[in-house]
Amino acid sequence: MSAGARRGVLPGFGLSTGFTVLYLCLVVLVPLSAVALRSSSLGWEAAWSVVASPRALASYRLSFGASLAAAAANVVLGGLVAWVLARYRFPGRAVVDALVDLPFALPTAVSGIALTAVYGPTGWIGRHLEAAGVRVAFSPLGVTLALTFIGLPFVIRTVQPVLEDPDPEVEEAAAVLGASRWQTFRRVLLPALLPAAITGFALAFARALGEYGSVVFISGNMPMRTEIAPLLVMTRLEQFDYAGAAAIATVLLGASFVLLLAINRLQAWTRARAGAA
Amino acid sequence: MTAPARSLAEVERGPRTAPPRPAAVPEPPPRRARRATEDPPAVRWALVAVALLFVGAFVLVPAATVVAEAVRGGVALWWKALVDPDALAAVRLTLLVAAIAVPLNALFGLAAAWSVTRFRYAGKSVLVSLVDLPFGVSPVVSGMATVLLFGAHGWLGPWLLAHGVKVVFAVPGIVLATVFVTFPFVARELIPFMEAQGVEEEEAALVLGATGWQILTRVTLPNVRWSLLYGIILCNARAMGEFGAVSVVSGHIRGVTNTVPLQVEILYGEYAFQAAFAVASLLFVLAVVTLVAKQALEWHHRPRRPTVLRSAP
Amino acid sequence: MSIAIRDVHKAFDATPVLRGVTLEVPDGELVALLGPSGCGKTTLLRIIAGLEAADAGEVRHDGEDVSARSARERNVGVVFQHYALFRHMTVEENVAFALRVRKRPRAETAARVAQLLRLVQLDGLKGRYPQQLSGGQRQRVALARALATEPRILLLDEPFGALDARVRQELRRWLRRLHDELHVTSVFVTHDQEEAFEVADRVVLMNAGRVEQVGTPAQVFEEPASAFVMRFLGAVNAFKGWVEGDRAFVNGLDLELVAPASAAHRARAHVFVRPHELDIHRAPVPGSFAASVERVLPLGAAVRIELSAPGVGGAVEAELDVRRSEALALAPGDTVHLAPRRVRVFPSREDELDSLTASAL
Repeated sequence: MSAGARRGVLPGFGLSTGFTVLYLCLVVLVPLSAVALRSSSLGWEAAWSVVASPRALASYRLSFGASLAAAAANVVLGGLVAWVLARYRFPGRAVVDALVDLPFALPTAVSGIALTAVYGPTGWIGRHLEAAGVRVAFSPLGVTLALTFIGLPFVIRTVQPVLEDPDPEVEEAAAVLGASRWQTFRRVLLPALLPAAITGFALAFARALGEYGSVVFISGNMPMRTEIAPLLVMTRLEQFDYAGAAAIATVLLGASFVLLLAINRLQAWTRARAGAA
Repeated sequence: MTAPARSLAEVERGPRTAPPRPAAVPEPPPRRARRATEDPPAVRWALVAVALLFVGAFVLVPAATVVAEAVRGGVALWWKALVDPDALAAVRLTLLVAAIAVPLNALFGLAAAWSVTRFRYAGKSVLVSLVDLPFGVSPVVSGMATVLLFGAHGWLGPWLLAHGVKVVFAVPGIVLATVFVTFPFVARELIPFMEAQGVEEEEAALVLGATGWQILTRVTLPNVRWSLLYGIILCNARAMGEFGAVSVVSGHIRGVTNTVPLQVEILYGEYAFQAAFAVASLLFVLAVVTLVAKQALEWHHRPRRPTVLRSAP
Repeated sequence: MSIAIRDVHKAFDATPVLRGVTLEVPDGELVALLGPSGCGKTTLLRIIAGLEAADAGEVRHDGEDVSARSARERNVGVVFQHYALFRHMTVEENVAFALRVRKRPRAETAARVAQLLRLVQLDGLKGRYPQQLSGGQRQRVALARALATEPRILLLDEPFGALDARVRQELRRWLRRLHDELHVTSVFVTHDQEEAFEVADRVVLMNAGRVEQVGTPAQVFEEPASAFVMRFLGAVNAFKGWVEGDRAFVNGLDLELVAPASAAHRARAHVFVRPHELDIHRAPVPGSFAASVERVLPLGAAVRIELSAPGVGGAVEAELDVRRSEALALAPGDTVHLAPRRVRVFPSREDELDSLTASAL
């Protein structure tokens, strides 16, 4: 019996799998390993001095901190938008639903200049915030704002399908059993939403961590204050310090890997939960 | 209400006279009980208001700003910024890059989805996770990977340069970086869709005597066409709008290696705000077209879960 | 075309699904693979079609080993469980598919398709898409499509599974008539005993990856080869007991056996009596045991009596025709005497007890 037939009887296994693996290696794996290998060419100590330099540490703090804050904001506000979109009918709902995808579809450079124009010191909204003593542009707050913008679709689009589940029986059962609306939400709906919300959080966080385009315009790029890690990589590259850039990039890559693994697990969890329901 | 005691016979025949009514009391308006799954109106409207405010401030206002700023100096000025030779060169380059990257990744997506959803083999789940990888990687790091491989000091760069092929700070580098960044889009759409569709139709075609190519073109492609198109639209949007990765490899040579997003950055950096927003409005239109196409596809052919699933053996 | 399967084994991810299946299907016969879900019947069908490769063993069509031939080259007609109609093609295009991929001349294809659509009585619906058809119509399209290339083997996977009861009845008879017309060797998978008995010439009973018995419907029902077959086909009263020579004992009760069991000395056994082979008497008769009536359930032509018989260890079911039931005028609480007309005994193995209790009683 041929081994191939055990995989399935349709033709094209060798061709499709071969092409997939080859393409994956050429386009993704080889370039990414180049990054990791290049940083190792520095040697441990030199690499460490780059990776752990005060300026690099400040950039990680900003990148991780702002990304966490943005993802958290998205869980709360995005979760709320998902709830409203899935549960209520109100004028303009279709428009809001379509707008949610805009941060995903809009090129990041455009998002960057648009956000700066709105929230900059002379912008439509920034002007009023400035007057109230809140500085958005050229501050960590601006970075967080931009990252919240680009992460906005992730939580909404992962939570929304769970909320749209057309089976109201569970909620009705809770109501019949004497739960108030708030109790039903907290004890029945929220636990069911949790896997999706955490997945959305992780997706938004991962996206924010690597984001570049929408941040660089509004952040002002001041070293130690508003310089995100991807920008530091860019700066090193512009100075042709490839090894130094690769070292910091490797830190970012490591974080991406961990997040990707976590997201995979989370999605499996979400599916398992959805399947069990 | 107390009814006077009546004999059974009376009840059966019905009262001869109307029972005395209590004095007329204004009845309370019939109060409809809220359904158990409904929220109080106040809560509903408060939540809707917060959602509108959030989406408005974060999405609608910035989007409106792009349009407003683009035409601030009048439509003539907007048009002038668009037909600027550098801007036109950027548009041409962006179209070229997308025209190469999107078909390549569509082909890859189809091959990957066919391999992963039509066969059983070890390592399949690893392959699927690796497809997602570029989503998690910072665009700057993606672009940098291209530089490290093909740059003047990279692994292959010197050899390529010696043979007259310039990759980094030239069009090939931009294409490579874009291919990397847009790599997962089509595969991500097709894999779950084809998984859900199952293999029965392809098996039926095989039993009926179709060759591999005939199965692909006559059964699989017609079935996945909307899903494939959806993936291509998303892939194209990202390919044309990519900024970070392309920014690393392009070298920002005006009229030569500037894509539209890079042109926006340059103009903005030169404080040519109006021109920057004018060019950005092109990308805004791209985003709107993408969203409209996405909505239309979802409306017409919502990738519903087909009921036909492969029966477990 | 005859089908011969010899010692076929198949496992999915180290879970054995077929454990040495051997089966012959003579040319022109209509055979049902019958068994509970998970017994491996669909996998066996897919191996015959070439949609799955066996891990070991061989499959012969007309004496020729086809194990190495792909599904594409076997020219076997398959009707899939959910029909697998090409949803973007019309009825006509679906039926014509096999001929078109073989690049047959247009005129020939058109004539053949028209003929097939007449055969399945769908000529009026040839321009429809599968979504616009009812379940029964889809099933007939699938059948016409499978027959397009005049295959000499037709395989059907749960062909009536997805249909509602009335349509199922009609299609069963129709399939039987069609088979009598075409005489194509056919194998169909089902978990429904009634369906298998009504349609098939012979029934193959499968359980846990093995063939338990092959025979005509009457044979397998009257002479079940194993405790599994006994339990799977129709309702049954099952007791645990012993067998010795031609006598069976349940809790000290002495029952006469219809056929001598193989056990020469005392052995543990499953003792079975079908409800309709259990007579009810008001007074004791030789070989009867006492029971009390719990419930009387009229089921139309028959009446089911639920009884409790402490002598044989609990609940017993009997089935009488209406007239007999009226004559007895049974009421809950009555004490009656049960006399089995026919008792079947199968030696019990320790390991099979669980799977037996799990399967349909």
